[in-house]
Amino acid sequence: MVIYMEEVSYIKKLGILFITTFSISATTNGGYAIVAAMRGKFVEKYHWMSEDEMLDLMSIGQSSPGPIAVNTSVLAGYKIAGMPGALVTLFGTILPPLTIMTIVTIFYEYISSNEYVKIFMHGMQAGVAAMLVSVTIDLFQKVQKEKSIFNYVLMILAFAYVMLTDLSIAYLAIACAVAGIIKVKVLTKEAK
Amino acid sequence: MVDFAMLGKIILTFAKIDLLSFGGGYVAIPIVEKQVVEINKWMSYAEFSDVLALDEITPGPIAINCATFVGMRMAGLPGAIAATLGNILPSFILALILIKLYEKYHGLSLISGALSGLKCMVVALIASTSISLFKMAVIANNTVNYISIVLFAISLFILRKYKPEPVFVILGCGAVSLLLSFIL
Repeated sequence: MVIYMEEVSYIKKLGILFITTFSISATTNGGYAIVAAMRGKFVEKYHWMSEDEMLDLMSIGQSSPGPIAVNTSVLAGYKIAGMPGALVTLFGTILPPLTIMTIVTIFYEYISSNEYVKIFMHGMQAGVAAMLVSVTIDLFQKVQKEKSIFNYVLMILAFAYVMLTDLSIAYLAIACAVAGIIKVKVLTKEAK
Repeated sequence: MVDFAMLGKIILTFAKIDLLSFGGGYVAIPIVEKQVVEINKWMSYAEFSDVLALDEITPGPIAINCATFVGMRMAGLPGAIAATLGNILPSFILALILIKLYEKYHGLSLISGALSGLKCMVVALIASTSISLFKMAVIANNTVNYISIVLFAISLFILRKYKPEPVFVILGCGAVSLLLSFIL
């Protein structure tokens, strides 16, 4: 079902934007999965923007601080319907987690006093730690693909910074960003 | 009664977390760890681990879930809403600024270099948070919990070999712990 923008009233467009982002946010877990779902709806199903435009938004969304799911949906809303579109997709994206997490937090207080729940939740900690270690390995393997000694050095230095100093990671972020830019400039010079 | 000073601090902290979350989805985790658990102590490490587990089940990015959780506990529903809004508004504004710049200058080529450097930072940060959470899971009252170490090792093996949804492994650890507590 293709909904051409010209055929739909502006208010209806905003309504559909809201419902679409709300349902994607409520049913999909994970930033990249949400972005993929949005691509499926906005590009393939409704033809509200081209594949190229979506790719541009995705790269801006990744480059901007903040969760990629929120950024990309806001940018898509802006692209499709201007500032009101951005606001509508913003709320469509954050209302599901806000409501569900609020309810979960209330229950959390009630059930954490139960002895069995306490044991269960304490047991989960080993699983959470394992999950994070697995994520570390995944991210490390992604960096490894570039086969650059520079990356290994940067990772070790960053790790030392985090473990040994108590300084803010904002400085580390700036340093790593600058180092990355320098590395890319050096590599492109070598290629020429 | 809402403690407005506390609420303001929560909003500002989560806004800061938002602006620092640069370089990929998982980067928020170590930043929240430092800002919320270590510095402000609005969550204990145990609660942080619980929220990470819940994040696997509930929709939404981890930073938003933490903002809602902390805001709710410290200042009720207004706190949950305020903290969540504080967490997303800075990046909302920045994203719109970036798209304007993108349209004007046709691309942000510097950014890909910056992101590649930041990827290295994220690996280091997540590694550090993993160590903190591992320590917490395995050490209690200065004694080592060998069952937790075994659970951790088995979980890691399963995650690496079979690549299941992490939520099942996490819930599995909880269930096994509960079962063992009846037996031992």
